Amino acid sequence: MKHFRKTAFGALAGLALMATSAMAQQSLLVGSGEVPRHFNGAIQSGIATAMPSTQIFASPLMYDENWNAQPYLAKSWEVSEDGLAVTLHLVENATFHDGTPVTSEDVAFSIGVIQENHPFKTMLAPVTSVDTPDATTAIINLAHPHPALMLAMSPALMPILPKHIYGEGPIQQNPANLAPIGSGPFKFVEYRQGEYLKLEKYDDFFIDGKPMLDEIIVQIFSDPANLVLAMERGDVDMLTYMAGVRDIARLQKADGISVTNEGGDSIGAINWLAFNTKKAPFDNVKVRQAIGYAINKEFYLKRIMGGFADDAMGPITMTSPLATDEVEAYAFDLAKAEALLDEAGMTKDADGKRFSMTVDYIPGFVEGGRNLAEYLRSQLKQVGIELDVRTSPDFPTWAQRISSYDFDMTQDAVFNWGDPVIGVNRTYMTSNIRPGVIWSNTQQYSNARVDELLEQAAIETDLTKRAALYKEFQQIVVGDAPILYLSDLPYSLAYKDTLEGLPTTIWGPASPWLDLHWTE
Amino acid sequence: MKTLLSKLASVVGLLFAVVALNFLLIQFAPGDPVEVIVGEMGGASEELVAQMRAEYGLDKPVLVQLAIYVGKIVTGDFGLSIYYNQPVLSLILQRLPATVLLMLASMTIAVVLGTFLGIFSARHPKGLLSHFVTLFSLAGYSAPVFWTGLMLLILFSSVWPIFPVSGMTSIRGVQGVFGYILDVAHHLVLPAVTLSSVYIALYSRLSRASMLDVLGADYIRTARAKGLSERQVIYGHALRNGIIPVVTMLGLQMGQLLAGATLVETVFNWPGLGRLAYESILRRDYPTLLAILFFSAVIVVVANLLTDLAYGKIDPRIGGRRKPAPRKTKEATQ
Repeated sequence: MKHFRKTAFGALAGLALMATSAMAQQSLLVGSGEVPRHFNGAIQSGIATAMPSTQIFASPLMYDENWNAQPYLAKSWEVSEDGLAVTLHLVENATFHDGTPVTSEDVAFSIGVIQENHPFKTMLAPVTSVDTPDATTAIINLAHPHPALMLAMSPALMPILPKHIYGEGPIQQNPANLAPIGSGPFKFVEYRQGEYLKLEKYDDFFIDGKPMLDEIIVQIFSDPANLVLAMERGDVDMLTYMAGVRDIARLQKADGISVTNEGGDSIGAINWLAFNTKKAPFDNVKVRQAIGYAINKEFYLKRIMGGFADDAMGPITMTSPLATDEVEAYAFDLAKAEALLDEAGMTKDADGKRFSMTVDYIPGFVEGGRNLAEYLRSQLKQVGIELDVRTSPDFPTWAQRISSYDFDMTQDAVFNWGDPVIGVNRTYMTSNIRPGVIWSNTQQYSNARVDELLEQAAIETDLTKRAALYKEFQQIVVGDAPILYLSDLPYSLAYKDTLEGLPTTIWGPASPWLDLHWTE
Repeated sequence: MKTLLSKLASVVGLLFAVVALNFLLIQFAPGDPVEVIVGEMGGASEELVAQMRAEYGLDKPVLVQLAIYVGKIVTGDFGLSIYYNQPVLSLILQRLPATVLLMLASMTIAVVLGTFLGIFSARHPKGLLSHFVTLFSLAGYSAPVFWTGLMLLILFSSVWPIFPVSGMTSIRGVQGVFGYILDVAHHLVLPAVTLSSVYIALYSRLSRASMLDVLGADYIRTARAKGLSERQVIYGHALRNGIIPVVTMLGLQMGQLLAGATLVETVFNWPGLGRLAYESILRRDYPTLLAILFFSAVIVVVANLLTDLAYGKIDPRIGGRRKPAPRKTKEATQ
């Protein structure tokens, strides 16, 4: 027994030593609850793919913390006066991880792939062609001015693929989707489905001295509680995209660990309540507004979201230069809610009940989903609305209910994805009412003026004029209340205190980790 | 030969029924894999959704999909995982060893410890420790396996952090074969103990009851009368008959063990088939899920066949009816 103890202790000590030596080599172990389907961000959206994809692939531009475009593969760029052409001047020394130089041909190829395969069709819809006069110049020609193109050239949305690898056969089945070759700061080493992903520093990366880490390992956890425990114990060095309020609070108290919600503004994840506006009584704007006034947002933000989430006032994330706070705030007012319901003809019966309705929520999202729904049940009772909380066992069940319009009101969390053209328009455009498609205009909201404003703003190149158009759009939509905006998602990054250079740009962890490193 | 052929035919029929039933049951679940993919993409156009449904054959009538699927698995083609976008068979083969290891370790712990506890409490049925074993068994059998797992995690990964919290190996790697084996064993302790907890309880109760019965039999009295040591009586004579119910349950419970493995693998992030099944259900990854269910059925069928064979070894009266069981005859004449 004594001998066994000695052996076991020795083995444990050995493992600990090995972990320490890994740290000395600037190795980072990241815990993640996201399982990527593959790593080709040109044909797949979502943070599960974007986080690794932005380490493996470089893109024409990247962004800082203040929504300013920065050179990346493109050392400079120009937009023609008529806004119909964007010229990119590429760096000369960029190579893919197989040693092949990155050329304008690869840029043109990647734009074509994204246009054809990426789910965000509006992102590059106006691109008519890409000219490649020489190896380091790419001219993107547009059918009309398209200001959203600048954010669309970010690492999370426009990975530049090597044409000689991804140009063969159908792109969806290309084996390189799971063993990617890019020109980003880290090259792919190994992926075990649902277990871990290993990346190592690309020594010939085109930016001198970057990246600072030698190795990134992403360990995938199926159980969120397990993930937090692993961080607490120090088994992993960093957690990305934490949205659980209790988890954030717990890790804030842990020794040697810090938590920040800085960065990732352009993801713009907003938690909201959406109505089925074609179903009575939610086809009446006064009923929707009344529910807005009946919700105590302060309680929601402080108690349910634990003070970790920021208020959301409209469809555009509040940190965007295109957002406005000059909209109806739906300040908590039960008397006003009751008056609006009376005006809408939804009077109380002898039992004080006006009508019954259901609320759905995305399964798995505890605080902003289930807890919110439970809170609403007691809250709406105060104005005579009997609320039934309908639980979906899993995401596909919820998605089918909502996309087939089988709902009254649902909690939902939808991303802005940088420019409103990419992530906002889809929720409000009449042309995007698409049965069976989740995260289209599932509210079936239709307002001709809103359609007009979104179309005008999409092609307006003057930022001030564009912001004015979006301001009017936000005021109309908040007033019409097809959606009640609650808060942003408190996406947070937990990390060991000895890490520096965190990815806190507007794309957060879905941007290249060039400066991330250990100080000890 | 005829019996063997008829057994094989019934196995094939059973497997076909499992495939068909599972296929149809999955169709009843709301939503489909394309909705999950679109959800993770953050939305998609109607055209892309239709294109993906056509690509995965989800636009065809259910019975046509079933016929195509059966036709493929007959040739050993389990299709492409819709979510992971790679052959299902390679995914399963990648995960199978982890599950087999977990199941074998759990079963070994359960059988050895359960039987030992059963023998112990059968020998001292009125003792304090026997009551403790009964209490332990009841608690172990009543506690849901995921709850036991979470409690063990809290105790041994958080309060006294002596075991790893997740996975099968240290992600940063270890050196040498011995180091690797130790590392896997270190990771295996909590999941295996969790999964075995229910079965330790069950087997201790079964073996206790069975041993109480056997210990009162004439041949045990005869063995004692011959002056054999208590150890020889228990382990040489009584256990051989006393363990039969445990072996019976062992075969029957393979399916339940796999179901338990799903929960345990999820709690401990164990990279096995159970976790893959759980992820496939959530993602409506039909080809992967159907293949896992198919292989699970195969494992259960094979386990039952092995159980039948094991009977013959443990008790020749059951397995070898055509010839007299020599050991028993010998014992009877001694």
